[in-house]
Parts: sequence; structure tokens; C-alpha cells
Amino acid sequence: MKLLVCISKTPDTTAKISFVENNTAFNTDGVQYIMNPYDEWYALVRAIELKEAAGGTVTVINVGPASNDIVIRKALAIGADDAVRIDTDPTSSMDTASQIANYAKDQNFDIIFTGKETIDYNGAEVAGMIAAMLDLPFVSFASKLDQDGDSFKVTRDIEGGIEEIGIQGPFVVSAAKGLAEQRIPNMRGIMMAKRKPMNIIPPVTVENHVTVDDYTLPVEKAGVKMIDPENMDELVRLLKEEAKVI
Amino acid sequence: MSVLVFAETQNNKIKKSSFEPIGYGRKLADLMGVECQAIIVGTAENASDAGLYGAQSVIHVNHGASVNFDCINYSKIICSVAKEKGAKVIVFSHSSSGKGLAAYVATKLSAGIVSGVNSLPTVEGQVLKVSKSVFSGKASANFSIDSEIKVITLAGNTIKPDSGGTPATIEQMEIVLDAPKMNVLSTKRQEGTVPLPEAELVVSAGRGMKDPANWNIIEDLAKTIGATTACSRPVADTGWRPHHEHVGQTGVAIRPNLYIAIGISGAIQHLAGVNNSKTIVVINKDPEAPFFKAADYGVLGDLFDVVPRLTEALKKLES
Repeated sequence: MKLLVCISKTPDTTAKISFVENNTAFNTDGVQYIMNPYDEWYALVRAIELKEAAGGTVTVINVGPASNDIVIRKALAIGADDAVRIDTDPTSSMDTASQIANYAKDQNFDIIFTGKETIDYNGAEVAGMIAAMLDLPFVSFASKLDQDGDSFKVTRDIEGGIEEIGIQGPFVVSAAKGLAEQRIPNMRGIMMAKRKPMNIIPPVTVENHVTVDDYTLPVEKAGVKMIDPENMDELVRLLKEEAKVI
Repeated sequence: MSVLVFAETQNNKIKKSSFEPIGYGRKLADLMGVECQAIIVGTAENASDAGLYGAQSVIHVNHGASVNFDCINYSKIICSVAKEKGAKVIVFSHSSSGKGLAAYVATKLSAGIVSGVNSLPTVEGQVLKVSKSVFSGKASANFSIDSEIKVITLAGNTIKPDSGGTPATIEQMEIVLDAPKMNVLSTKRQEGTVPLPEAELVVSAGRGMKDPANWNIIEDLAKTIGATTACSRPVADTGWRPHHEHVGQTGVAIRPNLYIAIGISGAIQHLAGVNNSKTIVVINKDPEAPFFKAADYGVLGDLFDVVPRLTEALKKLES
């Protein structure tokens, strides 16, 4: 089985978010970066498990500058076989997807994995775009994926429930919680990762139609209004008359 | 020319959650001086209801057919209707199926896309300006989309749907589809409650409940106001509550009008999934619980006393 896992680098969940240059650019000062959790914990680990069970290869791909190599090495340490980095700082989700699709188009991958979304832009766009560019079926928000003879059984999250589907490769899938359990790289994996191949590939030109004008920080809450625990009638009154939510 | 809104269906009806993007599409169409059209695929008994919420016409594709959701076929339908009707903007729900489908359609139409839009846009000539929440709710970003056709997905609870319109005229259309590349083997839905991503009122509880057997007070409270129940990650991970109830960074991200957090300390990963709620009530006995900082109303006390008292107070209001 030939598997491709798309990984991205995102600010850590606990990172303080602020902006510079008149609120037009993200302030990277002192921000810790991590591999996007959905990519690492669910997409990558499930791909490695499938390979361990049935043989094959797991390639990870990242679209980004050389400073992203640290998360790519981590993916190799967790168990991917080789890596590809498209050497550009992507300007939009369409840019990222185009770079990945351009690489994958003649590689005959059986499954292309992404996380369900990145935790910075929360767009959930890239997987569907890759699928559209390669004319592949797309299964979103998979919480279970098993090989079943020459096809696959995938459980996907739908509004208020789950749906089980049968599908044959090749396809694109985005990984949600439940697909796998997080793996911590061990020392042997970290040492081996240093010798695994990483191919740096130049980007293709992509027309961009979406630009960020600026960012705004949320208005600070007015501060919590504490209610006497004996007086829930007062809370109900405030929810009805002040917040107007019931 | 039109603003085209994709209305999702379930159980042979337009989903209630799709009336909001229809209303939003109408407001946008009015701004642009074009028509608002809803597109519906497969069986929908209430197709003309799209008009009540703002659609000026409905394009009903393959009416009566059972069309399983599949990005390839749905995208084929939406793209061909968009081209025929000269759609300028296509609006989807920011839902499980809407997110992936919107990205698929945008790619096929070389359209710029912004997903999770959470306010009314402004129109400046060919450019559409929209905002969305980024960094898991810790900031907003303002975008410009300048492509010929534009695609957006609309975050739930952005506008209040208004049903004051008139039933829409329906245009039937048949589009030949390819054999789907995936088969639905089974579907399981929580019956009887509003799914969490669509819920306007949510009652959520965490480890402070001490035991899953204590959840009856949470369910009583939720039932009193017709709220959907949710929980924190540790509670789902230990199997006290089902995984689909888990809200937070790795669970479901929600933006209800009211979020009542009971016995949840408010770790940053939890807040990332709920901080877009309009009003947050926190009930906790620990004055140091970080959740109080993100709350609008706080109750410092033992949840086993406070919650039943709140339920009683709400029942008084209902009666």
C-alpha cells in the first residue's frame, strides 16, 4: 500500500496569539510550533498502522520553508518512511492543495491522508481541494478506517451521528479524533529519522484569489458577573432579560 | 446572476440548519443586486419552504431520487447549476458535509473560498470581504475574495433565520450522475436531540460530576430548556459519556447562543471549542477555575446543589 500523509506546522494550542504590522501579520515572536495535532495523532499514526499491517510505504508531505523540517523529522521519527517538502510559504489553502496535488498526481498513492483541519485557520479545505484536483473521492472526518479485502471501510462523522461507508482506493481522507492513538517517537525512531530521505521540491505557480486583509482580536469579555448560588431565579432573569438567550 | 445556496436535506426534508444560510444568501444577494437561489438535491418534501427564509427560487435537482452524499456527484450537480445560472457566490453550511463539498466545488470552479464565515460580508465591486474566526477562536481574520465566482461556508448561529417570506417557485432539473465511488453501509444518528454543531442551547458537564450515574441532573436541566448535552474531553475519554458529546479542540467546535459549563475547569483546549458561544455560564466550586475568566455569568458553588436549583428556576419560567 502506498500512502501519503499531508502534515502542516501550526502554533501550539497554548500559544499567545497576537499580530504585528498594523494587525496584518501573525506575530511569530516566542511562538512554539508543533505538527498539527490532527495530522500527527490521527492521520499519520493510522497510515503507519495500515502499513505495519499490510506492508507498503508512508510518505509525508509538507508545503513550507526549511524551518518546517523540524516537524517533518518528527513525522519520520514516528514512523514515516520518507518525506517531501515543497519549498514555498503557501499563501492560501488553494496554494497548499495545488502543491500537494501536483506532486501526488503521477505517484499512484492508494490513500492520501490529511488532518480534519489545522488548528490555526480551521478551514478544513485542503483535503477536499486535493481530491477535486485529482478527481478522487473524498471522505471527510474519518474516525475509523480499516482495510476490508481490496477495499476499505471508513466511519465518518456526520451532523449528529456517524456513517459507515465502503470505498476502494485511491481516495482522499481527512482524519478526526478516534482514527488512531497518538504515538510518541522513541530514541531509535529519532536516530533513524536522520537518515531517512527528504526531498525538497520547487513549487508550481498558483493563482491566488483569497487574501487576508487584517486580523482582529476578540473584544475582551466585560468580566464575569457572579451570581449568588442560592439565587438561581436571578440567573434565569439575567439569561432572559440581559443576555436574551432563553 | 445569483447567489446560490446549497440546502442540505435529511429525512427527505430541508434541514432546519440550512434555513440560516438561505437567509444569509438573501441578504448577500440584496447587497449585490442579484437573485437568491437555493439548490436542493434529491427528495425534499418542503422544498418551497426555502422561499419562506429568503430564496427567490429553488432549483430542485433529481427530485424523488435517493442521492447518497458523495463529493464527486454533488460537486458535479452544483457546478453545472452554478454555470447555468451564472452564480456569483455559492454559500454552504459550515457542516460536516458542507465543508468538504465547498472546497471541492471551489476547486472545480477556480473560485476563491473562505470557510466558517461568521458575519455579513461587504461587497466592493468585484471583491467580497468576509470575516471568520481563526486560531481556534482566539482571533478573527478579515479576507478579500476577488475571483469571478466565490465560495463561502457559513458558521452556524451567525444570523437569526427569519421565516417571513413567501414560498418559492421550484424549477425541476435532472442531471445524470456517475455511479458513486463509495457506498453508505450504515448510518447512526442521535434521534430526538438537536446535533451539537447546530444546537442553540448547550448544557455541558465535566469531571466535577464525579460519576456517570450523576448525569440525571444534567439531563433534567437540558430537557427543561430543550438544550443538547455535551461534555469535556476527560469525561468522554473515560467512557462516562459518548465521544460525539465531546466539545473542545479535538472534539466538536460549537457556537451556541448559550453554553452552560458545569464542573468543567476550562482548560485552553476546551475553551478553543466553545469560546465562540454568545453567552457562557460557568458553575464550579473552585474559585480558581480558569473558565470563570471566559464566562459571562459565574456561579461559585456545589453543582449538586446549584444545578437542580437552576432547573427548578427554569421550570418556574416555563410555566
